[in-house]
Amino acid sequence: MMLITCPHCGPRALDEFVFDRPVEAITAPDADTQTLVAQLYKRTNARGPSRELWRHSLGCRSWMTLVRDTATHQICDVEPVGGAR
Amino acid sequence: MTYSALKLLTEGLKGHKTWPQAWRDPAPKSHYDVVIIGGGGHGLATAYYLAKVHGVRNIAVVERGWIGGGNTGRNTTIVRSNYRLPPMQALMEFSLKLWEGMSLDLNFNVMFSPRGALFLGHSDSDMLQLAQRGDAMEAAGITAELMSLAEVKKLCPLLDTSTLARFPIQGGLIQRRGGTARHDAVAWGYARAADALGVDILQNCEVTGIVRQGGRVVGVETSKGRIGADRVGICVAGNSGRVAALADLRLPIESHLLQAFVSEPVKPMLDTVVMSQSLHCYISQSDKGEIVLGGNPDQYPTYSQRGSPHRIEEAATEAMALIPALSRLRMLRSWAGTTDMSFDGAPILDATSVEGLYLNGGWCYGGFKATPGSGYLYAHLLAKGVNHAVAAPFRLDRFETGHTIDEAGAGPMPQNR
Repeated sequence: MMLITCPHCGPRALDEFVFDRPVEAITAPDADTQTLVAQLYKRTNARGPSRELWRHSLGCRSWMTLVRDTATHQICDVEPVGGAR
Repeated sequence: MTYSALKLLTEGLKGHKTWPQAWRDPAPKSHYDVVIIGGGGHGLATAYYLAKVHGVRNIAVVERGWIGGGNTGRNTTIVRSNYRLPPMQALMEFSLKLWEGMSLDLNFNVMFSPRGALFLGHSDSDMLQLAQRGDAMEAAGITAELMSLAEVKKLCPLLDTSTLARFPIQGGLIQRRGGTARHDAVAWGYARAADALGVDILQNCEVTGIVRQGGRVVGVETSKGRIGADRVGICVAGNSGRVAALADLRLPIESHLLQAFVSEPVKPMLDTVVMSQSLHCYISQSDKGEIVLGGNPDQYPTYSQRGSPHRIEEAATEAMALIPALSRLRMLRSWAGTTDMSFDGAPILDATSVEGLYLNGGWCYGGFKATPGSGYLYAHLLAKGVNHAVAAPFRLDRFETGHTIDEAGAGPMPQNR
């Protein structure tokens, strides 16, 4: 079980959160097809640290990015999306 | 040597002390016609059919750990072909037909048990979807039967079929030819049969590099030294991205985690594989008597082979709601496998942009049932350089061209499937 420190709520259990996508797969509305294909379908799929977009969906429902190691599940560097209030 | 009842008797009288080893432990040769990376069921089956069907004799299977130690030994052993989309139906039905003759073909009892694969429906919407799936199967010549509640109850009396059940059952869809097989035996059976045809199975031999010259593959670097090869086949579902990265390729695959669990063994209580249209819960009973449970993937990318307890709780909750008698059982073990989640839920069987380098991966959580078909079709690709008609839709570039095979109709993010 992973413990994720929500920037708003503090440390909470994994099952309150939803993984959305690696940050590299966040697409821009005006991106061209080549860029979209690379971002969506040719990702690094890293074994090791990966910057990801998560949501505290069963808590405060805010979005955050964090760095999670996909081999050890160590989490660090949680940052609120849109800046802290 | 051929295994037989007579051989079992004579060896038994000698205390099982003189069985010959089932496959060799050879040193790597300097060059092979074909090197297959990955000694799981798919890789070993590929080697077997390459040797048997295509007459290729100079083959190595290179395995980082021990054969069958990855996802081949980590699944819930379910075999079925009850799919909705024609490419998936053709692939899984091709595979199911090979399952039906596998024990005789390999002279190894893989304990394939076509005990029926039942999908339960819990709502009007579930029943409509099951009927649609059954119709799609029938249209493809794959027999399916839509069952009423009374028929489901007769088939599987331990299910909670009351109207007060947490997940009330309305009926189901059964593929009677579906069932289970002994997963380890599949790896061992293919290994033994491939070895008998001259295939070198190199265990504890990790591939650390893919050697290229002028855009063409010429061999692999391994922990046991360089091995030359005319053709190299990647077959390491779970770690496809990492191995492909050795050749500077990026794949439309994300690595996720899927857990499974077994209970203590009990007397026979469930002779069908029970699944559900709405729940992510798979229930069957192994030949040893254990109740085998599978659940949802953990829904985030990981290579850890170690899952979260809330998924175990969820699968156990659903299983106990469906079959209340399971509540008295103690769980013995839980484990996890790393699965290649492709971005449409279908596998990839294709050549890559590196000449002579091929890819078999992206099996999501449905790789075990495809083992023989995947091996047969990959052998065809490796031998001829072009795909068999059944494997042709499973192209590597289908995501960028828009020809996805989205069985679940759920879009590109694996955690939404």
